Amino acid sequence: MSATGNGARTGTTNFFVAGVGGQGALLASDIIAEAGMEADLDVKKSEIHGMAQRAGSVFSHVRWGRNKVDAPLFSDGEADFLLSFEIVEALRWQPVLKKGGIAIVNTQKIYPVAVAIGNQSYPEDGVLEAEFAAGGQKLISLNADDIARELGNVRVANSVIVGVLSRFLDVSPSVWRDVLARRVPARALDVNLEAFYRGRELSADV
Amino acid sequence: MKKLLSGNEAIALGAYESGVKVAAAYPGTPSTEILENLAKYPGLWAEWSPNEKVALDVAIGAAYAGQRALATMKMVGLNVAADSLFYVAYTGLVGGLVIVTADDPGMHSSQNEQDNRQYARFAKVPMVEPSDSQECKDFVGYALDISERFDAPVLLRTTTRVAHSQTAVEVEERSGPQGDGEPKSYKRDKAKYVMVPGYARARHPVVEQRLKDLAEFAETFEGNRIEWGSPDLGIISGGIAYQYAREVFKDASFLKLGMSYPLPERKIKEFASKVKRLLVVEDLDPFWEEQVRLMGVEVEGKKYFPMIGEFSPDVVRAGAVKAGLMEEKALAPVELPELPGRPPILCPGCRHRGVFFVLSKLKAVVNGDIGCYALGVNPPLAAVDTTGCMGASFGVVHGVNKAGIVERAVGVLGDSTFFHSGIAPLINIVYNGSNSTTIILDNHTTAMTGHQENPGTGRTLLGEPTDAIDIENLVRAIGVKDVRVVDPYDLKAVEAALKGAFATEGPSVIIATGPCVLKTREKRGVIVVDGERCNGCGLCLRVGCAAVVRASDKLVRIDELQCTGCTLCMQTCARKAMSLVEQGGR
Repeated sequence: MSATGNGARTGTTNFFVAGVGGQGALLASDIIAEAGMEADLDVKKSEIHGMAQRAGSVFSHVRWGRNKVDAPLFSDGEADFLLSFEIVEALRWQPVLKKGGIAIVNTQKIYPVAVAIGNQSYPEDGVLEAEFAAGGQKLISLNADDIARELGNVRVANSVIVGVLSRFLDVSPSVWRDVLARRVPARALDVNLEAFYRGRELSADV
Repeated sequence: MKKLLSGNEAIALGAYESGVKVAAAYPGTPSTEILENLAKYPGLWAEWSPNEKVALDVAIGAAYAGQRALATMKMVGLNVAADSLFYVAYTGLVGGLVIVTADDPGMHSSQNEQDNRQYARFAKVPMVEPSDSQECKDFVGYALDISERFDAPVLLRTTTRVAHSQTAVEVEERSGPQGDGEPKSYKRDKAKYVMVPGYARARHPVVEQRLKDLAEFAETFEGNRIEWGSPDLGIISGGIAYQYAREVFKDASFLKLGMSYPLPERKIKEFASKVKRLLVVEDLDPFWEEQVRLMGVEVEGKKYFPMIGEFSPDVVRAGAVKAGLMEEKALAPVELPELPGRPPILCPGCRHRGVFFVLSKLKAVVNGDIGCYALGVNPPLAAVDTTGCMGASFGVVHGVNKAGIVERAVGVLGDSTFFHSGIAPLINIVYNGSNSTTIILDNHTTAMTGHQENPGTGRTLLGEPTDAIDIENLVRAIGVKDVRVVDPYDLKAVEAALKGAFATEGPSVIIATGPCVLKTREKRGVIVVDGERCNGCGLCLRVGCAAVVRASDKLVRIDELQCTGCTLCMQTCARKAMSLVEQGGR
């Protein structure tokens, strides 16, 4: 089910979704989990939530299994896909991604307070590319916020990212469309679908 | 049909289908979503009570009145409700009563790490423990049946990863509650329900016998099941640890405990006799391991698996390596570049920021409390000196002041925490006359757990309008004469209120009022920096707002997306380099 091969051996595909509170990373992980359910797979998804503050790191584990999935979490080096909505978060969670795994990274920069007040510095340009190359992982980086803004709604950046991912998974576009229709407000469905297909087309070139 | 549900959603569904008529809770991570979801079902009463003890008493009352009842809380919430747990353990009940304790190994959002399985043994009541969402739904029904059959309250323990993970649940298209739910005539039985010493003494033997009966029941309870694999290794596990152990020990035999207490001794001995080596894999305390050892069974557990922190497949695998059951997984060492951390912080526009900024400036000793405002401990505000449990602040500050210190000590808590357990210690401050200044940060919601209603908001959990408790009137009624209501966005007013309170003999209460900006999504405008006037002194950075950024030229920039126009940074600028450009609200 995944292009990266883990699926063939264990029947499980692991997704790690990371971002900053308020970016919609958790919604993206919901959509991936539901698409797996829709495709008749066993699915488990885990995240820590319940704190309303924004601007903290958020992350979610999603697992698809052709067979029964046991743990809702997986270990470092076991993710087939790392989706990150922000550069520092992509670097922070790089160890979860397996060698040969695919990272889909929104090149949005969000400064943590320690950076904002000048106590720590933000990684320089090029670090992202160098780290994933060194890790033997495939990196697809794009500014999903810019694409979303072009489409007229900055909140659909997560649909762009999910669209990029969808190209690597053996799940039909109609399944993704159904799940999006359930998970986003009706008035925003068209722009989300547009964002999804923009992402899906983008990864066709990779 | 299979549906992806979180453990909390599944517990709510199970409670609805099992005919729970009354449910009460105080919000607390990771339990909050149970009642939020249950409130969506028809034909039952669900409420946010002011605290967990009240919630449990409410559920007990409903169970006394013959209906099925539910109380839910986070693990430390059961400490608050413990008094009630112990009496209902003696009285028993008429309708089934389930108490959900949502434990938080790893302390994702708690002040200490405790294993509430110990409460089952302590209060001598049964406990069930689901491992995924399907079991969450099913076990609520089992627990209610056990409760009614054995005349005992039943604890249902989840942990964060069970409560918040989403897994597949079989959902019937059209499910409805069992039972009629019709009002019943109140069943009086004073010797059973009035726990004066004379009657309570007669109940204790009943409780002891009940435990024996429950242990017998556990032998055949379908939640306790043996899954045979290789006889070389037997694992006793339950809860989320079972899933991790299943992931790691693919070929082992398992005794999966769905009932954490009391244990099925014969079943355990039978299982132990058929495996060459026996391990207990359990989060936190060696709760099962010690009991199994007391049965005279040779067993290992905490020798390899930690008592501290949350389990994961990695943690269990590391234990397996320690136990000599597995080779270490060779992972290429990853050298990460140095990355800035990203802890949760007070939101841009948060009204608590103004109060903490002034407290920090005045160098007050701050006895804090549980809520978003605990984040006031983080630099650059670094304004909070103590945080213990819900409501502790107002008691602690009284003690600090009675002991006497050179600085000024201030107690700080939020509106929901004040209703939870801040009122009694404020009464104490008045009654026992300390010169304490206390601050109530009233943002009209229970923000930390995701904006739940509380007695001050004027709405119930079901969304119905109700009388809002007026904090100022309540504080005055308690007898506080020096009460000051301030806008926390006005730094001068906050400072004046604090200095005025410090100068006043006797108790002072400052109510810093204004809604949570994350809830209202208000945006007054954005702050604009005049690059000519800004000299990069960094005073404004001391408010610790994510929207106020020091740029590479050392001058300050504002992140327009995050800025809400609260003006706190602007008020600190000595060079008048900042101004507010107003916008229409969102």
